Amino acid sequence: MGGHPGMFEPLKGGGAAVALDDIEIAILRSLAVQLLELIGPGEPEPAADADPLAALFAEGPSEPPSDPALARLFPDAYGGPSGEDEGVDPAELKAWSAEFRRFTENDLRTRKREDALAVVRSLDALIPAGDGGAVLELTGELPLRWLGALNDLRLTIGARLDISEDEESAQLYRLPDDDPRKPMVMAYLWLGGLQETLIETL
Amino acid sequence: MGQVSVAPIEIERTESAEETFAVPEPDVPWVTLVHNDPVNLMSYVTYVFQAYFGYPKDKARRLMLDVHHKGRAVVSSGTREEMERDVQAMHGYGLWATLSQDRG
Repeated sequence: MGGHPGMFEPLKGGGAAVALDDIEIAILRSLAVQLLELIGPGEPEPAADADPLAALFAEGPSEPPSDPALARLFPDAYGGPSGEDEGVDPAELKAWSAEFRRFTENDLRTRKREDALAVVRSLDALIPAGDGGAVLELTGELPLRWLGALNDLRLTIGARLDISEDEESAQLYRLPDDDPRKPMVMAYLWLGGLQETLIETL
Repeated sequence: MGQVSVAPIEIERTESAEETFAVPEPDVPWVTLVHNDPVNLMSYVTYVFQAYFGYPKDKARRLMLDVHHKGRAVVSSGTREEMERDVQAMHGYGLWATLSQDRG
């Protein structure tokens, strides 16, 4: 029992486990809930007399999200970083991306919501020891759900911190303790360690 | 709706910018491109290429390094429908992917 803090370890017979203290449990839960709020609620429950097939054919949005974090979670399918594709009419690329989005974004949002929900539920199912900590054991589909949610959380925080590969971002890792971004950077690095060690158990 | 016409309407074409753009060519394959981003872990990108495409670890790692060093890599090719499926899957994993017609 126990294990190294902040690191997933493989479970005998498959799965992964990590020891979390009470603060880590609270932070993970809070981040997952914030991710759920960002992704937004699912489609409202249809009325009792609604056509049950209608939901299957409900179309998603055609415009990319304006929030940078959401735009990163739900990117355009056509046009690269510049939003261009050599030789192709930009208006056509935009139309293709819009159509793709209409038919895929709802499913994508559902998947990301379910991953984040799985994180919240597995944290809520923990039975803390006297000091408030617990060992989280993930089996079945949960390691992959956690992997997806940890990645979405890092993408979201990365967008909020405007992380890039330039020198300016390297400064983020050397922030003074009183910088308001410091807690988010610490969370970002911690989630990276959790994700990295979770991958190693797969 | 416009009026019904038996004969195809002759559309008078003016010289416009759209003439210079390529139209999708049915015989040219499409590709899925994965773009570099500063957040996704190298180990995660390699894992996704193995898990989704079933690539051996060596190939998955090589593609991941191409993405990392060259800014992007072609990770699959096929019909437009197949590539839309792959791009959708990559977005599901949180990778930044687009599809494009492979013009060499």
